[in-house]
Amino acid sequence: MQLSTDQLLDFYHLMVKIRSFEETLGSLFSKGLLGGTSHFCIGQEASAVGVVQGVRDTDWLVSNHRGHGHLLARRLDVYRVMAELLGRETGYCFGRGGSQHMCSMDNHFLGTNGITGGGIPIAAGAALALKCQKSDSIVVVFFGDGASNQGTFHETLNIASLWKLPIMFVCENNLYGMSNPVKCSVAGGGRIAPRAAGYAIPAQTLEGRDVELVWETTRQAAERIRNGGGPELLELMTYRLCGHSKSEPRVYRTREEEEQMAKFDPLVTFPKRLLELGCTQEQIDNAANSARQMVEAATQKALQDKPGDRQVALSGVFAKEEVSK
Amino acid sequence: MREVFYSKAVNEALDEELSRDSSVIMIGEDIGCYGGAFGVSKGLWEKYGAERIWETPISEGSFTGIAVGAAMMGMRPILEIMFMDFVALALDQMMNSAGKLHYMYGEQVTVPMVLRTPGGAKGGYGPSHSQMLSNLFVGIPGLKVVAPSTPMQAKGLLKAAIRDPNPVVFIENKRLYPQKGEIPDGEYLLPLDKAEVLSEGTDITLISYSSMTPVCLAVKNALKPHGINLEVVDLVSLQPLDTDTIFASVRKTGRVVIVEEACLTGGVGGEVSALIAEHCLDSLEAPVIRVGAADVPIPSSLDLEKIVLPQADDIVQAVKRIREWT
Repeated sequence: MQLSTDQLLDFYHLMVKIRSFEETLGSLFSKGLLGGTSHFCIGQEASAVGVVQGVRDTDWLVSNHRGHGHLLARRLDVYRVMAELLGRETGYCFGRGGSQHMCSMDNHFLGTNGITGGGIPIAAGAALALKCQKSDSIVVVFFGDGASNQGTFHETLNIASLWKLPIMFVCENNLYGMSNPVKCSVAGGGRIAPRAAGYAIPAQTLEGRDVELVWETTRQAAERIRNGGGPELLELMTYRLCGHSKSEPRVYRTREEEEQMAKFDPLVTFPKRLLELGCTQEQIDNAANSARQMVEAATQKALQDKPGDRQVALSGVFAKEEVSK
Repeated sequence: MREVFYSKAVNEALDEELSRDSSVIMIGEDIGCYGGAFGVSKGLWEKYGAERIWETPISEGSFTGIAVGAAMMGMRPILEIMFMDFVALALDQMMNSAGKLHYMYGEQVTVPMVLRTPGGAKGGYGPSHSQMLSNLFVGIPGLKVVAPSTPMQAKGLLKAAIRDPNPVVFIENKRLYPQKGEIPDGEYLLPLDKAEVLSEGTDITLISYSSMTPVCLAVKNALKPHGINLEVVDLVSLQPLDTDTIFASVRKTGRVVIVEEACLTGGVGGEVSALIAEHCLDSLEAPVIRVGAADVPIPSSLDLEKIVLPQADDIVQAVKRIREWT
């Protein structure tokens, strides 16, 4: 299917928004305005946007520790996402969750997850619920190459295949599980897709920095899953052009490798592609500038907000009644 | 009223709730035609089919997460974990997901699920199939924990647990499955946060739960002819603890023995003892004494197992010690 000019520019807008959001986080960290840690997806924006835009807004998403791209690609309010990271009460989870534990049921976003591989069975459970409820929605779960070494990955693929659950497993293979290169951690050459064969799940490996390819591949897989075809796995090859978490020194790889990989930065390659496809430079600049302005305005607004009080800190452990879907 | 086995009381609760609410599903190993390792889930697969009774591969870590995800999406999954020792495999999802999600996701989701599992030793099952791990869950915020000791409690509490919007750890007991007790004919629910005074007395309070409650009642009967009038309080709920009921009994008798099948160190008994010390010191006429399993794995040999687990005589000795305290 052909993407319209508006859609292509929108994808670029989202990708710049994600990049700008994380660059802003970096500067907030260095100013001491942000606590804890945070995992950036700089360089991986195309896989987030391509997948999330390739499914319906009513399809459910489960994310991992590196989830800013997924959150913003699903068009959560950047102001409330920023407020959550800043620990403000106006954040999606009142500042209780932060980067790795953020959820927005209104956006069909079942949450980022701080346990590597922890979201994979949760996503399968959501898919089981959709199957029981005879819904035509599907679940998409994001995880990294590192999570494919957890037992939950293997157990859940097995169960999802046996039960023909409506779930898409999306592995963003950025070649490193924190510092550990995939060649040292994933037996058989560092690829995740071949593992799905053991569970009779169709899988493909593709260039994850090509947002058009990711979008089209996701769209087709989603329709097969929606039509009862059972789970599928997409392995999106990508590269994080930053450290694992905020300011780590990346001792496990060379600067030469990083310079080489920077040539494939989707935020460098995609604007060129947009020109080829007939977009004007002005349109491209507008898409980028509006994204940056939104992030800047959202950040300034969130910084004014108050953190939660004792009530926010000490209540809400137990529910009085069911609030889920 | 009618008399049923503990296992049957659990089975009836499952059956009634599956029948009442189509969002209730079961997830676990060998819960299909086999009916669960101890036969507690017998007949449900035949009655409700594979679309309600989800028999899983041996994958506790993941099917527990699957229950969490399904619960977030409006289902009410009931997990069966075959032996309580196996909850170690499910612990990540109970601790990092089930107990935390409602709070950390800003109260946008609830996780109405029940983890059923039989704890305790049954005679010779050995180190990986015998432990009472009640202490494991009470320190995890966001989980409710109940451990019924009678068929009456088991049925009423399980029905309430299934309807509760929070994750509940429901501790059954292998030694209690074949014990009989009376239950009402019609439907009933019991509160998840109340202890029960099973037998009133005046001299010393025995506080226990699960498998040790019938032992405490037997000790009470054995000591009655000796002029010792014991009060037996069953905790029923381990998280939260019903401090009102506990403290009322302590204030009445002034002397307390806490009895549990779990290891003594780091157990629920220690928590109860600390609470009594904090709130009832003026009423105490003797130190609070705990009776529990020795801090060793449960050995396979029946003779060794008996040495490690608390016995009726250990309770009698504790009662004597506390009685002679001046």
